[in-house]
Amino acid sequence: MRRIISILLENEPGALSRVVGLFAQRGYNIETLNVAPTEDATLSRLTLTTIGDDRVMEQITKQLNKLVDVVKLVDLTEGAHIERDLMLIKVRAVGGSQRDEIKRSTDIFRGQIVDVGPNTYTIQLVGTGEKLDAFVAAMADAEILEVVRSGVAGISRGEKILRL
Amino acid sequence: MELLSGGEMIARALEDEGVEYIFGYPGGAVLHIYDALFKNCQVPHVLVRHEQAATHAADGYARATGKPGVVLVTSGPGATNAVTGIATAYMDSIPMVVFSGQVASHLIGEDAFQETDMVGISRPIVKHSFMVRRTEDLPATIKKAFHIATTGRPGPVVIDIPKDITRPDAKFEYEYPDSVKIRSYSPAQRGHTGQIRKAVKLLLSAKRPVIYSGGGVIQGEASELLTALARKLNFPVTNTLMGLGAYPGSDRQFLGMLGMHGFYEANMAMHHSDVILAVGARFDDRVTNTVSKFCPGAKIIHIDIDPTSISKTVAADIPIVGPVQSVLQDLIDGIDLLREKEPSLPDSGALARWWKQIDEWREKHGLWHGRRYGESDRIMPQQVIESLYRVTRGDAYVTSDVGQHQMFAAQYYKFDQPRRWINSGGLGTMGFGLPAAIGAKLAFPDKHVACVTGEGSIQMNIQELSTCTQYNTPVKIINLRNNYLGMVKQWQDMQYEGRYAMSTYEDSLPDFVKLVEAYGHVGMQITRLDELDARMEEAFAMEDRLVFLDIFIDPMEHVYPMHIAPNGAMKDMWLSKNERT
Ligand SMILES: Cc1cc2nc3c(=O)[nH]c(=O)nc-3n(C[C@H](O)[C@H](O)[C@H](O)COP(=O)(O)OP(=O)(O)OC[C@H]3O[C@@H](n4cnc5c(N)ncnc54)[C@H](O)[C@@H]3O)c2cc1C
Ligand SMILES: Cc1ncc(C[n+]2csc(CCOP(=O)(O)OP(=O)(O)O)c2C)c(N)n1
Ligand SMILES: [Mg+2]
Repeated sequence: MRRIISILLENEPGALSRVVGLFAQRGYNIETLNVAPTEDATLSRLTLTTIGDDRVMEQITKQLNKLVDVVKLVDLTEGAHIERDLMLIKVRAVGGSQRDEIKRSTDIFRGQIVDVGPNTYTIQLVGTGEKLDAFVAAMADAEILEVVRSGVAGISRGEKILRL
Repeated sequence: MELLSGGEMIARALEDEGVEYIFGYPGGAVLHIYDALFKNCQVPHVLVRHEQAATHAADGYARATGKPGVVLVTSGPGATNAVTGIATAYMDSIPMVVFSGQVASHLIGEDAFQETDMVGISRPIVKHSFMVRRTEDLPATIKKAFHIATTGRPGPVVIDIPKDITRPDAKFEYEYPDSVKIRSYSPAQRGHTGQIRKAVKLLLSAKRPVIYSGGGVIQGEASELLTALARKLNFPVTNTLMGLGAYPGSDRQFLGMLGMHGFYEANMAMHHSDVILAVGARFDDRVTNTVSKFCPGAKIIHIDIDPTSISKTVAADIPIVGPVQSVLQDLIDGIDLLREKEPSLPDSGALARWWKQIDEWREKHGLWHGRRYGESDRIMPQQVIESLYRVTRGDAYVTSDVGQHQMFAAQYYKFDQPRRWINSGGLGTMGFGLPAAIGAKLAFPDKHVACVTGEGSIQMNIQELSTCTQYNTPVKIINLRNNYLGMVKQWQDMQYEGRYAMSTYEDSLPDFVKLVEAYGHVGMQITRLDELDARMEEAFAMEDRLVFLDIFIDPMEHVYPMHIAPNGAMKDMWLSKNERT
């Protein structure tokens, strides 16, 4: 099963490599990884998605919690949550009809064209991983030049809060 | 406040920590530190002959005393040489603090002379690591390192220190903190009361119980409580290789070691049990044999301070996260309380039947009940350990290397006290024994320290004979000489039709007697059984000399019992070359 794990990590050099190293060392998968500073300068927030059965997930969360740099951890998939992945996708866009077609699809997916070149469009799209996958599929007729995704960032709904 | 350089801070912090020995080896990146140690430090430094030995000696000291081992090595090759010893300590959860030098801060990342990314290299084999970036951070970092290494599940911590951090001309205020608080680190202090209550009920309802205890009982200083609990309930006890001594080896309730080379009665009792109390043991694959066939009828209570040890390989029915000491005390209290209400528990009739069954197993194939090894005109390895046990009256600190000799020592030396058996279980590091013996002997100069080894293993750190000369550590080396990498040969006999691929040395072995004499020690060669005890006595009578006993044993002997693998259960064992369960 796919899980989204969100971590408050000490903002220390080497901390991220301990998290990533743990996955490599113990043979767990990382599907996506997203990390950035928070409003508290001493902490980073890291979100990763991984796949595993309950036993593997139990070990992954225990092993992560054991890392001294991991301050707090939550499995977002255990409750109601919001997940967002950001994608920038550059496609070949030549000629009126192709450009119109791409613009239409972008609107349907509530994306934005953020850069326009004589022969390219760069589209920004935010959503769940599934929605982004669907958009890429919808672009099947266009020539995709580049895809970049932020990886999932996530947060629990309502009063559930991950902080110190 | 006092002003100190980084080097001086390290020297002072080691004193303030109460460190008794530093095991190390100098080099460019740590010369400021060594100069500070030389000028003013009460803590003696032991110069080994290879950095691997520094870590093993510190480790042997730690296992013998329960205090953290301290290591100091230089950058680059000094640091990488220490890696095997750090991994050894990590696998067996041994408290250790390793100071490694690093190239100066401004050179990091430039492939500078003797630069290696020690924090990176050691990352998967440390409990935690630090790279010191400002001299002012040293006292707090060192305090944290000792705290992390020694609390919770113990383990090695590396502090990597760039050379400029320790320069003598940059002085800063020094104050060693009394305590530390690390917001993201708080090992469990007590077991969960609800879980403990459930465990008490299950224990008292057991009809075929076994206590399976491990290294955690020794780490957690809970041997007395474990013994009290077992005696109170009249439950049988088996220990892992790492747990030997946690329960008295010569006690009637002790079934011997369990696992791959465990005792028949221990493995049989585990397999047929209905309740297993696992205490500070981690269900290692050398214990369980095939996990899906592991103890099919047993409910498992698992006490461990590290949640990752619980349900990692074998699922626990009642997990209890907490330190063995407090959890065992809570269990004992809970048992007393419940028995006030229900004095008939546990079912003494069922227990009597269980003990009768266990005694039958013991009589049938027990290692200490009738000989389980072959007749030979050569000395049998088991006889050597029995002789060692007699001569040292079961009171020695015994270190070992890795191989058949290690298993014979584990099976035949009955350890009655914790911390007396010092071996590398998790990593299985050949070369561990001699340096570990140095550490133990420095910790307990008045005690006998014996290193049981093989001619293969001893050569992996034989240079430490010189360290023994320098620091006068008169350990006794018991070389079970079979002229083979015996454990490898055993597998080749059993699985590769006796093709001894590179497990012999042909005629290349040194004359060990001459070799140790060259280092200034005493060597003895023993080839006949009738001289074994007398020479052993003679060796141990030479209290201030290192004696190397080169004992020629039957090279064809195998270690039994041995789990049948793959696909075997706990109860499936080879009992001799042609006998199986
Ligand atoms: C050649 C060879 C053969 C071997 N054959 C065998 C064999 O036949 N049988 C055998 O048993 N082993 C054998 N081993 C050793 C085996 O590989 C493991 O090292 C060993 O089984 C692990 O022992 P343990 O379960 O006691 O765990 P340890 O490695 O000692 O771990 C201790 C556990 O206790 C926990 N702990 C630590 N402190 C505390 C505390 N204060 N409170 C609570 N919990 C705590 C830790 O978290 C950890 O889970 C062999 C090794 C070699 C090299
Ligand atoms: C550093 C290291 N290399 C290889 C091994 C694999 N190994 C395990 S036991 C063994 C043979 C040990 O031979 P010896 O020390 O003579 O002991 P014996 O088994 O003969 O008693 C080997 C090579 C190991 N455990 N450690
Ligand atoms: Mg040998």
